[in-house]
Parts: sequence; C-alpha cells; structure tokens
Amino acid sequence: MSTRAFLAFLAVCAVVGLLGFGLLSKGEAKVGVGDPVPDRTLPVLGGQGEGSIADYRGRWVLVNLWASWCGPCRTEAPELDEFAQRHRDRLTVLGINVQDNSDDALAFLREFDVAYPQLRSVGSERSEAFGATGVPENFLVDPRGRVALVIPGPVNREYLDAAVVPLIEGKG
Amino acid sequence: MSRRGAFLRLWVSKAPRSVVLLGALLALCATPALAAPQTSITDLEDEVMCPVCGTLLELAESPQAQRQRALIRRLIAEGREKQEIKDALVSQYGDEVLALPGDSGFDLTAYLVPAIAFVVAVLALALGVRRWRGAGGDPPPPGADPPKGEDAERLDADLARYDL
Repeated sequence: MSTRAFLAFLAVCAVVGLLGFGLLSKGEAKVGVGDPVPDRTLPVLGGQGEGSIADYRGRWVLVNLWASWCGPCRTEAPELDEFAQRHRDRLTVLGINVQDNSDDALAFLREFDVAYPQLRSVGSERSEAFGATGVPENFLVDPRGRVALVIPGPVNREYLDAAVVPLIEGKG
Repeated sequence: MSRRGAFLRLWVSKAPRSVVLLGALLALCATPALAAPQTSITDLEDEVMCPVCGTLLELAESPQAQRQRALIRRLIAEGREKQEIKDALVSQYGDEVLALPGDSGFDLTAYLVPAIAFVVAVLALALGVRRWRGAGGDPPPPGADPPKGEDAERLDADLARYDL
C-alpha cells in the first residue's frame, strides 16, 4: 500500500471513528425489568448533602423522574405522596428532579406539600441513564437494587394499587 | 496633576458641601452599572439551548423553555452579567444548555476538526496547483508538432500551389 493510500485510509478511519463516538455518546440505554438500577450519588434537592437509590437498599424504592414544568407530574405528585404514606413500612418513593431549575422544583414541592425524599439531577443526565424519553417516568426498584417495573408515564392510585402493591407485598 | 484632577479639586473647593456629597453619591451609584453592562433575554436566547426541545431557546415555546426564560429574566433583573447567567444555567441544566461547544475535552474537536480540514484542503490545493504548473500547463493538442520529412515537403508544395 502506497503512503498516499495509507494516509487516505487513516483519514477515513478518523472520520468514521469520530462519527461513531458521537453516536455512541448520545445513545440512550433503556433500562429493563431485572436490570441493576442505574444509580449514582446526587445532590439533595434544596438541601444539604447527597443521596442515591442505594441508600434505600433492603427496601422497595419507587423512583419518580419529574420536572416542575411537566403537566402530568402535577397530577401524579399528590397521588405518589399519598401512596408513599400508605406504604411507608416497606416502600420509599424517591423523586429525582430532572431538566429543571431548583427554585421552580422547590416551589412545586411546596405547592403539593410533597414529603417524600428528593434528589436533583443536573440536566438530563439521569433521564438518559434510565433511558427515559420524557417526564414523568417511574421505576420500581426491588430491595436488591434491581428494576422490577418500568412505568413510562404518570401513575395514579388505581395503577399503583394494581401494579405496584402486589409486587411489594410479594404477590406479583 | 492632570487637567481633570485640577478641575475636580477646584470644583470640590468651590462647590457647596451638599452638592459635593450629592455628586459623590451619584458617582457611587453609577459605578456598578458601568462595570457590569446589562444583558438582555434576546442577547442570550440565541446562545443557549432549550435542552428538552433540542433547539435554540429563541426557537422554543415549550413549558420548559418558558421556565428557562423566566429564570433568565430573574437573573437579569438581579443584575447578573451574561457569563454569570450562562454559568447559572449550566449549574441547573448541565453543559447541554450551551449552544456552542465547550473549549476543552472532546468538545474541542468541534473547533479543531474544521480548522484542520481547512488547512489540509489549502495544502492539497497548493500542492495540486504546484504540480500542475510544474507539468507545463495543458498538454499540447494532438498533431500540434510541425510536420517533418515527407509531410513537410508535401505541406510546402500545397502551400506553393495555392500561393499563400
């Protein structure tokens, strides 16, 4: 192979490599049932310190990705709060605020008097980690840290009672 | 002492004390405004993204974009500078809120690759032109060489016959 052909080959490889890296770095990993929950330490929304889903290992965790500008999130927040109160003996609802600004998020929590713990993800990093395509999305995580149920969209009391309660009570 | 300094000393010595105090107060109030030029929402909208929409903020009308604009307006009202507002947006929405790529890490390729491609293209063009000129320009058309031998004699005879 001549030097010129080798240089052309290298140039083509570099361009293809760049395109591939760009595509892979934008790729979303969709989380499925049975997968380990994508987890990382995040700042507590409106408070001091950090937290993660792993802090609740040994309990069921209903991870709720939400944003204050999202209409359906306003509908489900009170229902999630009520559900968290009713099943606090074995389940924690954990809100992760995404693609939002903190002041709006805190105003939202005050408006709906939400009491369950909240973490904050800067930008859409957590949404992408979960493979979420919008908000709200909910993920039920079992006590071993594996995803037990993926709920792409808002939840209400009827749905939670029908789909989540049997799992956390060991009847699913 | 400069003329301006002399004028100030004269003004301070001659003017009533209340006027001097008022002047000093006005100068103090004016200083921050001069140091930190105000920015505007339109100035920022074409430099930041609506991360949820995936478009420039100036093109976005989603609820998230409206909240982002409200945040920017609030920061402007607080007297924040353009870069401070961008930093605040990055702390809330991440790097993806910036319309222009960063100047470090992989983002740097967005600036380097076009620059390198331009330099390579210019070098290739220069080399091509040099090679073309070195080869003597366009090759002569076929048959441009003057005829020789028998052909030359026949050409001369023909030209003589037509008395050209």
